Amino acid sequence: MQLLLRYLPLLLLAMFWEIAARLELVSALALPSLTAVAEAWIELVKDGDLITNGAASLYRAGMGLGLSIVIGAALGIFMAWWRPLNIVLSPLVEIFYPMPKSALIPVTVIWLGFGDGSKILLIFLGCMLPVTIGAFNGARGSDRALVWSARSMGAGRLRMLWDVVVPSAMPEMLNGIRTALALSFILLVSSELIVSQKGFGYLIGFLGASGAYEGMYAVVLTVAFLGFAADRVYQMLMNRVLAWRE
Amino acid sequence: MAGVAHAEPIDAARFFSAAGLVVARSSVVVLLLVGWELFARSGAVTMFVLPPLSAVLERIWIDASGDLWLNVGLTLYRAVVGFLIAAVAGIMLGMAISRSAVARWFFDPIISVGFPMPKIAFLPIVILWLGVYDVSKISMVVFDAIFPVVTATIIGIQGVEKELIWSARNMGASKREVMWQVVLPAALPQILTGLQVALPIALIVAIVAEMAMGGYGLGGAMMTSSRFADSRGVFAALVEIAIVGYVLVKLMAVLRRRLLVWHQEASEPATV
Repeated sequence: MQLLLRYLPLLLLAMFWEIAARLELVSALALPSLTAVAEAWIELVKDGDLITNGAASLYRAGMGLGLSIVIGAALGIFMAWWRPLNIVLSPLVEIFYPMPKSALIPVTVIWLGFGDGSKILLIFLGCMLPVTIGAFNGARGSDRALVWSARSMGAGRLRMLWDVVVPSAMPEMLNGIRTALALSFILLVSSELIVSQKGFGYLIGFLGASGAYEGMYAVVLTVAFLGFAADRVYQMLMNRVLAWRE
Repeated sequence: MAGVAHAEPIDAARFFSAAGLVVARSSVVVLLLVGWELFARSGAVTMFVLPPLSAVLERIWIDASGDLWLNVGLTLYRAVVGFLIAAVAGIMLGMAISRSAVARWFFDPIISVGFPMPKIAFLPIVILWLGVYDVSKISMVVFDAIFPVVTATIIGIQGVEKELIWSARNMGASKREVMWQVVLPAALPQILTGLQVALPIALIVAIVAEMAMGGYGLGGAMMTSSRFADSRGVFAALVEIAIVGYVLVKLMAVLRRRLLVWHQEASEPATV
């Protein structure tokens, strides 16, 4: 009941949409009714269009994001751990961090073509720096007292890295990964909208170009929902991972 | 107090190590650029995959006597106008949500669902509604950039110390005066952080919108080069966009420091 009350405004918006479309306050072309969109969605699932294109998209996003987390986190922690690496890499991070990552879309196409490879590379490059910066700030902020006491108790350098530095870098790193997760969806959809032969973005562009606007709305809402759901699931996992704190 | 009064004597060794650090940092960038040039000329990759830096710079030089300034200006215009609308509307909305229970009830679920959504997916719908000109590009920028501003404003206002508000009320300030003269300045660091998140988003969205819709602007020019398999043009656009992004983000950081001189933090967040 409380949940219903909380999300009532969204329900109201949906009802307003349906009524506006039914009364043709705006042209049915520009705004198909919500029920028509739902029907189109079921149709797209039955055809398998939504499933195959969705699977292609999620594969790209998953691979790119996975790579960026593994490499980005390792890079950030080693930058905090070993000063020379920090001196070499931090100016590069500072230059590349503010670059609008969408500018890499045509570049990765030049390097790897129109297929999966260019999208995975794009998502990897675009998502890596938030993870690196999160891991770096987290590891750098690890409590000196903890490091000293671990050392005085005879922990080796590597042992300390794993047992002290990595756990204390965790909260900020996980926040960085959350940013990366949101970015991965943005880069995925924009690159697929602009150049692609499959995936959610391609399907949106294809349906839009062929005038099947109900279907286009259905795919757009699916992507938006997936992005939202991914963030919620991630937050739940994050809270569980960080349960040891306090 | 003794710790504050005690001035650190200028240590020559420390000064030289700091200077050495600056040299080391800038030489890394120079090395990267030289490495690009040499690698591209080594024949390990074709000129198409990676044109040498010198060729790219030459291309930017040629652009500069052509459409470059028009493209930069248009992209900046779309990104900055969208960002400013998002900033003003976002702060207003955040204030309304913090003040009125009805606004909170209505907007809270919309914000919390809308924030993590990849809003760029709505681009084709915005094109369908508003066409392919500036209005739709700027609307897309506003739609994407407003969320971080609203959430940062709400969090900032929530975090304002109650004592500040009570004492202002006690001294006879009206609710409106309290909001504008006490709460908003006290929430400014948070709000600026939200703006610092929103600015790069505005630029990213402006460029994607230009790429998808074509026409003038840095993103549109980049796509034109890409269609004609003109890789020099693509890399030139990449460098141009990177410079524009870097300058915008740095300007924002400077603005933050200016606006927060009175505040004890007076330093930029670690991420920028």
